[in-house]
Amino acid sequence: MTNFSHHQILVIGGGLAGLRAAVEAHAAGRSVAVMSKVYPMRSHSGAAQGGINAALGNHPEGQDDSWENHAFDTIKGSDYLADQPRAEILARDAPERVLEMEHWGAYFSRFPDGRIAQRPFGGAGFPRTCYAADRTGHHLLHTLWEQCLKREIPFYNEWLLTRLVIHDGQAIGAVALHIPSGELRAFGADAIIVAGGGHGRIYDKSTNAIINTGSATAAAYAAGVPLEDMEFVQFHPTTLYGTNILISEGVRGEGGILYNTEGERFMERYAPTVKDLAPRDIVARAIQTEVSEGRGFAGGYVHLDIRHLGEEIIKSRLPGIRQIAMDFTGVDPIEASIPVQPGQHYSMGGLVCDENGATPLPGLFAIGECSCISVHGANRLGGNSLLETIVFGKRAGELASQRVGESANQREKILAEALNEQAAAIEALKARTDGERQTVIRREMKAVMTERVGIYREEQSLAEAVEALAELKERYRRVTLDNKGEVFNYDLVDALELGGMLELAEATARTALKRTECRGSHWRTDHPGRNDEEWLKHSLAFYNPDGPPRLEYADVLITKYQPTERKY
Amino acid sequence: MNAKSYTFKVQRFDPEKDDQPCYQEYTLDAPEGMTVLEALLRIQAEQDGSLAFRYACRGAVCGSCAMLINGQVDLACRTQVRGLGAETITVEPLPNLPVLKDLVVDMEPFFAKIQAVQPWLQPSGPDPERERLVDPVQWAEAEPYTNCILCASCHSVCPAAGRDPAYLGPAALAKHYRFLADVRDAADDERTARVDSEQGVWGCDMVWNCVEVCPKGVPPTQGIGKTRARIRRAQRAKRER
Repeated sequence: MTNFSHHQILVIGGGLAGLRAAVEAHAAGRSVAVMSKVYPMRSHSGAAQGGINAALGNHPEGQDDSWENHAFDTIKGSDYLADQPRAEILARDAPERVLEMEHWGAYFSRFPDGRIAQRPFGGAGFPRTCYAADRTGHHLLHTLWEQCLKREIPFYNEWLLTRLVIHDGQAIGAVALHIPSGELRAFGADAIIVAGGGHGRIYDKSTNAIINTGSATAAAYAAGVPLEDMEFVQFHPTTLYGTNILISEGVRGEGGILYNTEGERFMERYAPTVKDLAPRDIVARAIQTEVSEGRGFAGGYVHLDIRHLGEEIIKSRLPGIRQIAMDFTGVDPIEASIPVQPGQHYSMGGLVCDENGATPLPGLFAIGECSCISVHGANRLGGNSLLETIVFGKRAGELASQRVGESANQREKILAEALNEQAAAIEALKARTDGERQTVIRREMKAVMTERVGIYREEQSLAEAVEALAELKERYRRVTLDNKGEVFNYDLVDALELGGMLELAEATARTALKRTECRGSHWRTDHPGRNDEEWLKHSLAFYNPDGPPRLEYADVLITKYQPTERKY
Repeated sequence: MNAKSYTFKVQRFDPEKDDQPCYQEYTLDAPEGMTVLEALLRIQAEQDGSLAFRYACRGAVCGSCAMLINGQVDLACRTQVRGLGAETITVEPLPNLPVLKDLVVDMEPFFAKIQAVQPWLQPSGPDPERERLVDPVQWAEAEPYTNCILCASCHSVCPAAGRDPAYLGPAALAKHYRFLADVRDAADDERTARVDSEQGVWGCDMVWNCVEVCPKGVPPTQGIGKTRARIRRAQRAKRER
């Protein structure tokens, strides 16, 4: 066998979390490589718009802000499901990480005094969201990519992770498919950092990039890392009607107002104090309620109005939003309201790991949206996801660098076996002729998730979803390919990824069915109210190759802040 | 949705089978609002699983899906099928880069040019404790150039890049100016020296094709002009000394 590569640290995923971890491992003197199924700057991190939270105190109204305030807002926003010591790390490390990005060249917007500009965001007690116009993710992603170029960190671009290799309970490598050539290769590593992003595309209406399939999450799940809090799915209140492209919370941060068909500013009824700047779960439910009670526009949307901000502010602070609205709906927000509706946006749940991204499997780390470090709990605050990537990316890169694995020789036999198994599985898939294409199963899965595991949930439709997903998994066992080629075979890529997506969808639906309460983004119409007595706990789903996952529950780490009712 | 039928004439090339590219036609109903990327995804899902093209965000921010659509370079994800005003839509890969399969081109030569301009901030001295202060007016000078999404649209319409494979091209030179104009960067002399050649800023034909096609409003020609002016100024200052 010749198809081997070895690195001390292998990072899977070239978004913000992965690149930040790679920079850290490089700083620690380790040989590190980054594998991405696309080119790194195509990663979904780059689509983030509104900003990144850090209590810098630059805003005139934010001078009394502190990292402790940031931690508290995060924990309250999580509906008390966040692990509190980890939310504290997130908030405490934020200023240093954000300033470091500035030092590396990130092009943050500025206040007149030259300092990094900050804007108000939902669920935050102070204006602490640092931004680069409304293209914050783009700027951060390109800056980190540039820093990787500077350090000459090697990239494996357009390589799809197909499985992780576990030996004696430790992660020792990975098998990946080179999309341009069809080559399968085994990668040995002392430590593997999974940073593959979210899995929003298990839903139909999603702000996520089409590539957000959760393939790396699914690989780690199948390798034995449990999934935590999968039932908590963030629906962003303002996605563009039709395409569901994100319309940043920064739009409301800058003063944008939501109106129904009656011209009513309806958020005054749902969150009397903070109105349009209530956290995302609350605004998303409000819009959904307006639409289902007949006060939405035909097709199911409401209006987001920023005309009163004026041309100058719109052009300087929200240029990307204006361009998106014009490109995709033909609406210029300077002249007309933007049509918006809620859509799947973020996966709070993900791979179980500790405050350094270490999963229960030695040698395997998880960071970014694919992980559940548990800083977002039941509802993530806007501006905290970009922050999570760089705070925990650094920590995981640092810790992973301390690990020394088995020697390459010892690993090679095991890696060769995994490689052969994967090759055989792909051959079998290509040889199969009597099933249906992945595209049919994928479409049905997305419809089930959108219709039955959405913003409002109840027992019967969740049970139907669970049943439908089990049937789809069964059908997937007989999936066939339209394309048997080697070079850029996206039919094969999509088919391989769909298997993992079905597993993630099933874990989401099953944990949602089980949790009989309302908390953050998880809203059960048949079980009103939060139920701390029974449900102040994390769900854990363990992979089962022969059927549905085994579910367990774990305590929430509560230190400083006792759960109280969440009011805005 | 009232759907209307369109013919998509797509350039195909499979290196495992073909010696030459050829065209294949697909018929598809496109409802109001459907983009060319959505149409290609539908064709791939329902008619032909062998069709290859790149995509990621579908929101005009990732830079994956630039291609030639009815002879015009644009991102497939932001091009409305109905907006093209034609019943036959010809889709071809980006010019000026080698075709790997169907609509997928080899981006490596393009990224090598970006890397050649050392596209990372090179400040002087150690990092301060807080942020480096940047006056909002100075900030505005480099800002348009920071919005490049590396889609290679500009590269594909650049006559100089088509002629001379060694020419750095509009994207790399725009990236170069992004750092030259960044007041935090202290490597001006090294930077200008790096592009003071026919393969650098002097190779540009100044025809503004790149500015016209950029989906993000980046003006490479303008940045090239400003870099040339800086080089000339420095030469004058040297002579006068």
